[in-house]
Amino acid sequence: MRKYESGLAVVALAMLVAAAPAFAARGTDGELKILFWQAVSTLNPYLSGGVKEELASSLVLEPLAGFDENGKLVPRLVVDIPTLENGGLSTDLTTATWKLKPGVKWSDGAPLTADDVVFTWAYCTAPGGGCAQAAKFEGVKAVEAIDPLTVKVTFKGPKPFPYTAFVGATSPIIQKAQFANCLGAKAPGCTAANFAPIGTGPFKVQAFKPNDTISYAANENYRDPEKPAFSTVTLKGGGDALSAARAVLETGEYDYAWNTQIEPEVLQGMTGAGKGKVLTAFSSWVERIDLNFDAADASLGDKRSTAQAGPHPILSDPAIRKALSAAIDRSAVVETAYGAAGKPTCNIIAGPDIYVSTANDSCLKPDLAAVNALLDGAGWKMGPDGVRAKNGVKLSFVFQSSTNSVRQTTQALLKDMWGQIGAAVELRNIPPSVFFGGDPSSPDTFQKFYADLQMYTVLYSGTDPESHLASWLCNNIPSPSNGWQGENMSRYCDASYDRLFDELSRTASPADRATIVKKLNDQLVGDGAVIPLVFRGAVSAFSNRLAGVRMSGWDSELANVADWSRAK
Amino acid sequence: MFAYTVRRLLTAIPVLLIISFVIFSLLTLAPNDPLGDLPLTIPPEVRAQMRAALGLNQPFLVRFALWLHQFFINEPLNLLQAWTGLDIGDGNRLRVLSWATRSPVVDLIVQRLPQTLWVVGLAYLFGVLLAVPIGALSAYRQHSWFDQIAAFVAMVGYSVPTFFTGVVLIVVFSVKLQWFPSVYNTNLKVTDWPSFVAQVRQMFLPVLVLTLFNTSQISRFVRASMLDNLHQDYVRTARAKGVKERTVVLVHVLRNSLIPVVTVVALGVPTIFSGAIVTEQIFRVNGLGQLLITAIQGGDLPLVQTLTFIFAVLIVLFNLIADVLYGLLDPRISYE
Repeated sequence: MRKYESGLAVVALAMLVAAAPAFAARGTDGELKILFWQAVSTLNPYLSGGVKEELASSLVLEPLAGFDENGKLVPRLVVDIPTLENGGLSTDLTTATWKLKPGVKWSDGAPLTADDVVFTWAYCTAPGGGCAQAAKFEGVKAVEAIDPLTVKVTFKGPKPFPYTAFVGATSPIIQKAQFANCLGAKAPGCTAANFAPIGTGPFKVQAFKPNDTISYAANENYRDPEKPAFSTVTLKGGGDALSAARAVLETGEYDYAWNTQIEPEVLQGMTGAGKGKVLTAFSSWVERIDLNFDAADASLGDKRSTAQAGPHPILSDPAIRKALSAAIDRSAVVETAYGAAGKPTCNIIAGPDIYVSTANDSCLKPDLAAVNALLDGAGWKMGPDGVRAKNGVKLSFVFQSSTNSVRQTTQALLKDMWGQIGAAVELRNIPPSVFFGGDPSSPDTFQKFYADLQMYTVLYSGTDPESHLASWLCNNIPSPSNGWQGENMSRYCDASYDRLFDELSRTASPADRATIVKKLNDQLVGDGAVIPLVFRGAVSAFSNRLAGVRMSGWDSELANVADWSRAK
Repeated sequence: MFAYTVRRLLTAIPVLLIISFVIFSLLTLAPNDPLGDLPLTIPPEVRAQMRAALGLNQPFLVRFALWLHQFFINEPLNLLQAWTGLDIGDGNRLRVLSWATRSPVVDLIVQRLPQTLWVVGLAYLFGVLLAVPIGALSAYRQHSWFDQIAAFVAMVGYSVPTFFTGVVLIVVFSVKLQWFPSVYNTNLKVTDWPSFVAQVRQMFLPVLVLTLFNTSQISRFVRASMLDNLHQDYVRTARAKGVKERTVVLVHVLRNSLIPVVTVVALGVPTIFSGAIVTEQIFRVNGLGQLLITAIQGGDLPLVQTLTFIFAVLIVLFNLIADVLYGLLDPRISYE
């Protein structure tokens, strides 16, 4: 018996010795199993534009810099982030100079050089290629290699926030040697390169089955010799969100399932099995309601939802816009429809924290009595049918959104809440591919906005809200004259807003920018141009057997996959 | 019979051309946007460039002609090249490219065939093998306990949708009992005994779901056909002659009853290739059915067009095979 015990002790000691270095050595934790219920179609994010492709390629391809979970810039392939203080940005804000980390190698052993960075820009801006991330390079005049480790990006004009090109998982660096013959119209034909890009990231592609399974192996040339802890990664695609969550949280077959937003109580039930947890990464997504400032009645024919139709008969009344927002119990919406995936918000700019205003927080506590008093005072009298009316105009709306169970639940809740203040609401839902499709010949796009209210979320990339705030400029109103392009769905137009925005586009100091952003946000919310509803996060399921996960909403959820390991 | 077959094959050509045109028109007219699923961060100008890169800015007829050329000339030549190793003309012909993956559609289909044939094909085979004895016995012992139970199971199997039975099986066998995996691994290669066991385990649930459905359907056909024949005069004659009951049922009745069943089974074969959209989705088998549904959802026109056209070819072909088989099995039928 004693002998047996000492034997055990030796085994335990041996395990301890073996475990200690294993914790910090490359490829010692076996296989990482990932489940994407939307299968990945290609591993070249420049040809797809989809989030799933961006995430799957982020195991392999890396940008110069990324964003951490707080929206802070972190260097990836560069020594540091160029700023005015360190001289990386020129004082006139027209150039940014990036210094590459020395000694970084591609997975095929070739060194990463400034030429690769220059090529990435050339690849995405080549005519005829249909590069999905072209917007990332907008305003870039030239990208030059000063020396093998220095890249200079020159902008067409002053760029107060220059961290778009080569920043984040949507514009990673690709290898010149691999893609040199794939410029422009030849890009789609390079199937082998598109399906197995050579990267600098912690993993390399072993096999790619489009819309099915990707197999990765640890990159032996990765710059940190101790990472990644996993030797292989299998990314399986297909199915639906519910069963993906189940495979991680209940059966434990997978370590990580991306985008598992399902009914909150179902998700909660699954985590009860104790095999995993659900993480939420908040970034900039705000579910909001647009109020149409132009009349949108069907009787107006071609003029509906344009300036020619005249102001909206009901929504042009500021009291109504205020009442609609104040009547919403945002906490109830979050609890019923979003669960862990959302928080109530009163701001259209809800992140990063430095830009978030506190001036509108009163909306978090709905006060129906005050709202009803406001409407009574504004002349909207309650009718015998429970619907208010003023000068013969009934307080009734058509409220549209895209087809999505969370949105339809929210619509139903809002209809009920607005019913309590005497508003009749007719609900519509439109398939997302039509609603967001932007087809000018379709009457159901969110740009045409042939309704009084509509609800959706605008996803904008990066942490800087300037491009998003540009949505409410007067010249961004969609109309027949511009082919229904533009993001100003509310048809909001205010000269003071345009002036303040112009000031923002000329300001470089982060603190000053934050002040202006808050002012712009407060003006939009105060004027009722838009009703912010829920601050949404990305929800994913992680196994308890996974350690080192830091989920960033601003970048790829897999951005720090090199640090992931098997929980001991 | 030969002349008939040739005539049918020749008439199939215009039929298939019309079908391909109808599919193409329907897909083009349908309000489906290949860029519809992309994040809204991508601005309209970039979308316009992406559309142009996909060739979407060309007129409808040009795109149809291009597809015809790629599918009927480039792809077969390409296959020939791959098989013979010879270079025929310019080797770099434009193939039918999927919009979502930007890879040749035919390669995608070839990649998906094995799992679809294994899971859906095996379920069809099991379905037929089980349905014939069940249907025959049900008919022979009409109104017996066996017949009642078979009728009940068939009704349940036929009317309860696979998205329900599939999920129930997953909850019971994968979540609670943990006997079978809920996710199909398409990378699994059968090389030794443990990998064979793994393959059987991962196929078990999807095959079970589909077999139940197929058996229900076909066993009712067999039963009805058997009942028709059991009351025919020739059966009574055979019995009167003193032929053994076993021979009467298995040789005379069953053989004659199977003639219409063969037609039904042959007509069902193309559905194997079209995959089982729902079941493949639930168990993540990622075969042709899943390929088709993701292509439809993503507005991937070349892929949907090519897949549906191949299904059309198979349906036309198996219709012909069913007709020819009918003629061979039943001497009373002649196509001359």
